Amino acid sequence: MISRRHFVAGMAGAGALAAGLGPQAAQAQTVDLLKMFIPAAPGGGWDQTGRSIEAVLRATGAVNGVQITNVPGAGGAVGLPQFLNNWRGQGNSLMVAGMVMVGSLIANKSPLKITQTVPIARLTGEFLALAVPTASPFKDAKDFVAALKADPTKVPVAGGSAGGSDHIMLGMIAKAAGVPAARVSYVAFAGGGPAMAALLGAQVAAGVSGYGEFAEQVKAGKLRVLAISADKRQDGIDAPTLKEQGIDVELFNWRGVFAPPGVSDADRAAMVAMISKMAATPQWAEVCKQRDWTQITLAGDAYKTFLDAEVTRIEGILKDLGLA
Amino acid sequence: MDGINGLITGFGVALTPMNLLWCLVGTTLGTAIGVLPGLGPALTIALLLPITFKVEPQAAFILFAGIYYGAMYGGSTTSILLNTPGESSSIVTSMEGNKMARNGRAGAALATAAIGSFVAGTIGTLGIAFLAPVVVDWALKFGPAEYFALMILAFTTVSAVLGSSAVRGLTALFFGIWLGLIGIDLQTGQARFTFGVQELFDGINVIVVAVGLFAVGETLYNAATYKNSETKITPLKGSLLMTKLEWKRSIGPWIRGTLFGFPIGAMPAGGAEIPTFLSYYTEKKLTKYPEEFGTTGAIEGVAGPEAANNASAAGVLVPMLTLGLPTSATAAIMLSAFQSYGINPGPLLLQTQPALVWGLIASLFIGNVMLLVLNLPLIGLWVKMLQIPAPLLYAGILVFATIGTYGISQSYIDLILLYVVGIIGYLMRRYDFPTAPVIIGMILGPLAEQNFRQAMTISAGDWTVFFTRPLSLTIIVIAVSLVIVPKIYSMAKESQRRQSLAR
Repeated sequence: MISRRHFVAGMAGAGALAAGLGPQAAQAQTVDLLKMFIPAAPGGGWDQTGRSIEAVLRATGAVNGVQITNVPGAGGAVGLPQFLNNWRGQGNSLMVAGMVMVGSLIANKSPLKITQTVPIARLTGEFLALAVPTASPFKDAKDFVAALKADPTKVPVAGGSAGGSDHIMLGMIAKAAGVPAARVSYVAFAGGGPAMAALLGAQVAAGVSGYGEFAEQVKAGKLRVLAISADKRQDGIDAPTLKEQGIDVELFNWRGVFAPPGVSDADRAAMVAMISKMAATPQWAEVCKQRDWTQITLAGDAYKTFLDAEVTRIEGILKDLGLA
Repeated sequence: MDGINGLITGFGVALTPMNLLWCLVGTTLGTAIGVLPGLGPALTIALLLPITFKVEPQAAFILFAGIYYGAMYGGSTTSILLNTPGESSSIVTSMEGNKMARNGRAGAALATAAIGSFVAGTIGTLGIAFLAPVVVDWALKFGPAEYFALMILAFTTVSAVLGSSAVRGLTALFFGIWLGLIGIDLQTGQARFTFGVQELFDGINVIVVAVGLFAVGETLYNAATYKNSETKITPLKGSLLMTKLEWKRSIGPWIRGTLFGFPIGAMPAGGAEIPTFLSYYTEKKLTKYPEEFGTTGAIEGVAGPEAANNASAAGVLVPMLTLGLPTSATAAIMLSAFQSYGINPGPLLLQTQPALVWGLIASLFIGNVMLLVLNLPLIGLWVKMLQIPAPLLYAGILVFATIGTYGISQSYIDLILLYVVGIIGYLMRRYDFPTAPVIIGMILGPLAEQNFRQAMTISAGDWTVFFTRPLSLTIIVIAVSLVIVPKIYSMAKESQRRQSLAR
């Protein structure tokens, strides 16, 4: 529970943010028990994010205890209703989710929206990459787009489940190239392993995934990355962005934390302060480096504005893909 | 580094007292979670991931490998004794294993499962050490078209469990396929047959259905017919472990099961269930004691599938260690453990981390020996469980099945499903429908469908792709001849008989 002391601290944090002093100025106090809700199975991206947050918060003494609940299923669509209903108003709780949930809720035609939660902070992002086997005739993203324009059905592309981040990225590339997104040949695989195997075995023409999944295969000379979806060139990655190659697509598979609906403004402010402070610690930077996560911290109101725009953008592309 | 030198390095890493201790902890824990319902190796390793902050990488992976292999050993125990399989790869084991247990051969069934797991695990681990690069090159040749052909082949195995009436058997099969289709479709992201129930979005867990049909259905059936029941449980008949004949009957299935399990496990979309089906089918066709299958329980039907699932567990490690590809939930979590150490698993893993990889492989050998030593003495204890009077034993099975099902996902929807399926299982038994085809349909149906659609997307809608790709064509030809050849053979025999009669 958040005590009166934290309430005061939280207000101070909110004041500091409002005054534009930045999150570091906020004086978040120790929370006795933080309850974390992860709408995915242990071991996945959200779970790793949640458990990394736990480790850093504990190490920096921001919390005494953390209780994690996993409710896996359908890109978070199974867990979200529980979080919205059963966790309502609990000021000491956070849900870890991200872009995949936005897409999954739209594709599953769920009546619920991620915007029904109280957005606290966006923390990390993984940009995606478009890769081909080394023997592929595609040398850069322009070759790929040219083939796509000629006949999209001849360019099968492997990735994760339909409507997920990989599929969204391919849809965006097609749209940017003027190819109807619904015509792309997207081959959905259950999990990164089988998708990667199909790409390594040249069963498909190209593959889309988080850059990290391709990195080792590229080092071993088995795959070539045609483009990454980041906003600018990345240190240590020898691949141009899509934008550099004239394809106006920028996409991060972002992950962040959310409070349940019905929490008080003070609790929200305290959470924003605590998470912002955590995101600025060297321990968090170390975790992100180790896991290949790009830090894209965005807290409080700015995060809410981003989220609203992101939901609209993804809804648009899923409609183009014929999934919404 | 070649295999022999690698193994020498690996044993050097694994044979330190501390690492041996980790291996013992892992195998013990693995056996325990294999026996306990609802807890699988993937979840256990995920919960133990924070350990990676504290211990050396070698120790952590030796622990995880012990859990992984241990769970495979333990999984057969509940299948055989209680007819409640803990994971999908031991469903086939329960079919013959539980029948053996009821006829006083629980000890032999458990022993052949344990020794078969040891044989398959050891051969499989040798396969990882010496054949991994070859096997993985071959496995990557399998695209969706080939997997679809493999599914067709696997579907022919359903003929081994159809029972006396083909109509009833096929009804059960299609019921299973329908159950398998429930949930969000991978290719389009749309929900199918979920009736708006969000808990069904990820589909129905095959374990819930298997436990419902086998354990709950049978308990209800026995309760309904208790007074005039002829199904009696004989705790023990003959020797505790295997007789000489049972040894002889087990060796072939162990080897054949391993030969199915290892390569299919190494295929990125192969899985552990298909080799158990293929092994069961093969053993039923080859056995000299076909009358024991489905009645008193045939030891071949336990030995083969158990070897197959353990060999496939070894096979799964091949793409993981050679390419960094996670092809099962457990492998995915082990890979994320690599990342917590800042090691990026990929094709260069063996070059950059030889001590770690070979240490892991060596600990698999050691773990296998430990598991055998750990499990054989337990058999006497397990068999005693069958001396519990039937009403109490069945009540215990219900409790066990319920807790296990709740443990999988902590969802009451699964409990409702368990009992609804249990009642269906009771009715199926009452009206003489076989239950095994439901499970086969549920596992193979969605796999076949997804691979078919993936293949069709890749070929831009050209269905001849299944016949123009040599590997796919070969498998389809084998599948078709498995169905047709016995028919032609018996027809030829029949006409021969008629001719000789006419003469």
